[in-house]
Amino acid sequence: MKKIFSILFINLFIVNLTFANEQLLKELETSARQQDIKFVAFSTSEGEKLFRTERMHSKGEKISCMTCHTSDPKKSGMTRANKVIDPIAPVANSERFMDMAKVQKWFKRNCNDVLERECTIQEKGNFVKYMMSIK
Amino acid sequence: MFNFNTRFKLSLIVSCILFLTAALSPLRGDDDEDEQFENREKKGTVIKINSRYDFVAVSNPKFKAECSSCHMIYLPGLLPARSWTKIMSTLDKHFGENAELDAATQKEITEFLVKNSSDHVHTTRGDKILSGIGAKEEIMRISETQYFKKKHDEINPSVFKRKSIGSAANCIACHSGAERGDFSEDSVVIPKNEIVVPVKK
Repeated sequence: MKKIFSILFINLFIVNLTFANEQLLKELETSARQQDIKFVAFSTSEGEKLFRTERMHSKGEKISCMTCHTSDPKKSGMTRANKVIDPIAPVANSERFMDMAKVQKWFKRNCNDVLERECTIQEKGNFVKYMMSIK
Repeated sequence: MFNFNTRFKLSLIVSCILFLTAALSPLRGDDDEDEQFENREKKGTVIKINSRYDFVAVSNPKFKAECSSCHMIYLPGLLPARSWTKIMSTLDKHFGENAELDAATQKEITEFLVKNSSDHVHTTRGDKILSGIGAKEEIMRISETQYFKKKHDEINPSVFKRKSIGSAANCIACHSGAERGDFSEDSVVIPKNEIVVPVKK
């Protein structure tokens, strides 16, 4: 009986985690629709492109998301101040994309650092969708 | 006065004593910190630290969450209030990165840093850093202080550039107790070139 309960509890927990992730993506989708009447859907492949595209920063160095997060989102990365970053893919780190305030904070910082501008809601959604598609 | 035999014995005893005192005195790396522990007791302004560490390991949940996601924790006692105020008011250009915070968080962390800065909570080591900073200087890097430079003058600049270290800002690479306020020379371990990714517990 105890076993059944604990399995049930763990299952509920996992379902909840997935749900919170999906919820965040849905919220992004809702705001995307509100902001742009031409919005169709978020794209996994565009999200991957955003993650992998290198560009020349005005400081004169090549930069991309992979500079800190490595080319494998399931692996730990490292900041330029030598601090370990936990994996960004939810499959490897269940804490990712759970809290909208946190997600928006990091998009603001990192888009400014890498792209030298803020990201559009379409780009944010693409990115999250790509990360969630990684198995 | 003494015959040869007695003189020989005497010199033997003296050299034995000299050898023993040299051997028993604790090993020292170079010129540092002999006076460190007594000083802390003597000085009137010094806040009693109930550990043997150099800086007080104060914390605040927001400080911890916001200031340690990209870099190690720099304890507030490392720099004076004016440095922290300057750092916290230029977060949009934080050592080449955007580290902006919402206004409330920024205010709370600034207050925490100022309250625990080296000119508000005095420690021996904090005072030493402070004494090398000009009264109006708003130094933003600990590695630019006179004290830091003096302490690290024997370290070749190429050592700081090792992949396992990164830069002089990454104290914790060699001072493993840096986030607890422990910078004692005895516990310094300078890592080799390769990166060691710590395993998450």
